[in-house]
Amino acid sequence: MIEVKGNMAKNDQVIELHEVWKTYRMGDQDVHALAGIDLEIKRGSFWAISGASGSGKSTMLNLLGCLDRPTSGSYALEGQRISSMSDDELSDLRLKHLGFVFQSFNLIPQLTVQENIELPLFYQGIDAHIAADRARTIANRVGLGDRLKHRPTELSGGQQQRVAIARALSNEPSVLLADEPTGNLDTATGDAIMGLLTELHNQGRTIIMVTHEPEIAAYAQFQLTMRDGKIASIIENHTCPSGIASLKNDAPC
Amino acid sequence: MLNTRFIRNVRLGIKTLMLHKMRSILTMMGMVFGVGAVIAMLAVGEGASKEALDQIRRLGSQNIIITSQKPAQGSGSGSMRIRLNIYGLLYDDLDRITQSFKHVERAVPAKLIRGTGRVGGRALELRLVGTTPNWFELVDRERIAGRVMVPRDMETNANIVVLTEHGARKLLAGQDPIGTKVKINQGYFEVVGIIKSESTDSGSMQTPDEKIDAYIPLNVAIERFGDITTIRGQGSRSREKVELHQLIVQVDSIEHVEATAAGIERMLMTFRPKKDYKISVPLALLRQAEATQRTFNIVLGSIAGISLLIGGIGIMNIMLASVTERTREIGIRRAIGARRKQIIGQFLIETIVLSVTGGFIGIGIGVLIPWLITMFADMPTIVTLWSVLLSVVISIGVGMIFGMYPAMRAANLDPIVALRHE
Ligand SMILES: Nc1ncnc2c1ncn2[C@@H]1O[C@H](COP(=O)(O)OP(=O)(O)OP(=O)(O)O)[C@@H](O)[C@H]1O
Ligand SMILES: [Mg+2]
Repeated sequence: MIEVKGNMAKNDQVIELHEVWKTYRMGDQDVHALAGIDLEIKRGSFWAISGASGSGKSTMLNLLGCLDRPTSGSYALEGQRISSMSDDELSDLRLKHLGFVFQSFNLIPQLTVQENIELPLFYQGIDAHIAADRARTIANRVGLGDRLKHRPTELSGGQQQRVAIARALSNEPSVLLADEPTGNLDTATGDAIMGLLTELHNQGRTIIMVTHEPEIAAYAQFQLTMRDGKIASIIENHTCPSGIASLKNDAPC
Repeated sequence: MLNTRFIRNVRLGIKTLMLHKMRSILTMMGMVFGVGAVIAMLAVGEGASKEALDQIRRLGSQNIIITSQKPAQGSGSGSMRIRLNIYGLLYDDLDRITQSFKHVERAVPAKLIRGTGRVGGRALELRLVGTTPNWFELVDRERIAGRVMVPRDMETNANIVVLTEHGARKLLAGQDPIGTKVKINQGYFEVVGIIKSESTDSGSMQTPDEKIDAYIPLNVAIERFGDITTIRGQGSRSREKVELHQLIVQVDSIEHVEATAAGIERMLMTFRPKKDYKISVPLALLRQAEATQRTFNIVLGSIAGISLLIGGIGIMNIMLASVTERTREIGIRRAIGARRKQIIGQFLIETIVLSVTGGFIGIGIGVLIPWLITMFADMPTIVTLWSVLLSVVISIGVGMIFGMYPAMRAANLDPIVALRHE
């Protein structure tokens, strides 16, 4: 039974959440950061999660990113249930299946652009030459092929976020998770980054992004809104979204 | 694969440490001076003790040395009178020792007489040593010219003398020494050979020979000089009768040395009313010196241990600060998929790089200081291989032990919390 389900997930659903609760105990009060989430995410889909502050967006993304385990309920990534996994197994799952992009870029300052991009490959134990080749290819793809030897601090915000995206892609993840990826960028740069994510989506990458900006959320295929730890609504964008995106001419239509 | 990852981790560690050069250097100082002090102190200690041990060894571990000694006496009895003091080892003692102790290989007597040697216009104060050919087997000195004493010299009461290199140089400079006649006190002795003397200027304490020695057959010494000597002091004169001044007893093996020494002591005591000799056992001195050395090493070890501990705490302190400073980096690495073990490895490698680099610089200093001491203070120092190896092991150990706690702290951070860290 489980195997059948696993196979199904492999083919279709990358992520399956069933009755997921995440409860924090604050003093003698329980805070339900996630309160009974049911969600299935198809391979290749592009999701934006929005909602008011404290509605549980980050908690959700941390959970999806296997940085955390649900208090109850089940979460399966690529058909693998994470509830019973050890810390090492969760690490391996992140290494193999996930890529993270953060609001504040989170590059490692003492490493060069290339070394930052290679980092997941380093932990996978991939041969240094192969890793260097792959880093170069990905850097070219995000438009930073000429910055490989630079330090992150020598780059602009937009360039740093591109490096972060390149790093998140270097292990060929099943899911790309982004927490406010444009939050620290000006509108033009933010749009360029969204263009890059849209392009990745068009190439078949599964992307889940947290944002509180409607213009940014409009790039996604599905807009999920959260309220008090619950899913308030899921809207599918059938038509060409915001004007900015259509002007850019690279929106997912 | 693991290997290249290890190498890359080391490279990364070095790179990270190089970002804060001054801090890394200061952190290493504890190790540098700790290790430097250990090696330097051990080198000085080792040098000093080796010199002492060598001197004792030169006496021979298998030997027992018995020396005549004027017994402590109720003083003040007629200082104006010339009195005769009779004490010391007897010719009979020599026979008794050679005959009644089965582990005694040989016993060599020495009768010591002060004399002046003259050749032409040259003169030299000598210590005449009346002895047997055995002496030269027991006190093994390099022969420079001619021959040493042989049994035939004893049988024929030959008036021959064996000089030391020093004596020969002073008395016979420039001429072929062998066959020359040296006038000693009233008699003439023919030089038959020259040997080296290992004794230093001062030393009769640690070696049985002196550089002003002149060796003559025992029976000739007895016949010519008798047993009585007159000692002139300030305004007073005293006379002594001593048959033998020294006996060197060689025992067949080291295990029997102490028992035989005790046996000889018991035997000697039964034949005399007062103790008029001194027994010294180089082996016992050697053991004692070795024990002293061990104590010395323990003290040095403790001092070194404390300084290394302080060095280690310094490193730990900095690494803890570094973990706090790099909390976010740790979060990033964990989010990407680094296991706890790998975070531990990364930080541990950094501390080990610090402590080992410090250790190696310390070894450099620890080798340099003894060299300078030997150069400028003319003190013997020996840098032992084991102290260097020990330092390497210790510096790796310090890195591991004091790096473990900060590394574990880093690895046990919750990645979510670490990522939020400012
Ligand atoms: N570690 C924690 N301990 C206790 N409560 C927590 C913890 N993390 C989150 N919460 C609570 O869970 C709820 C959801 O928090 P979460 O950070 O997911 O919100 P968010 O939607 O990301 O908000 P924002 O838009 O401000 O980032 C909040 O009420 C928060 O106080
Ligand atoms: Mg949040």
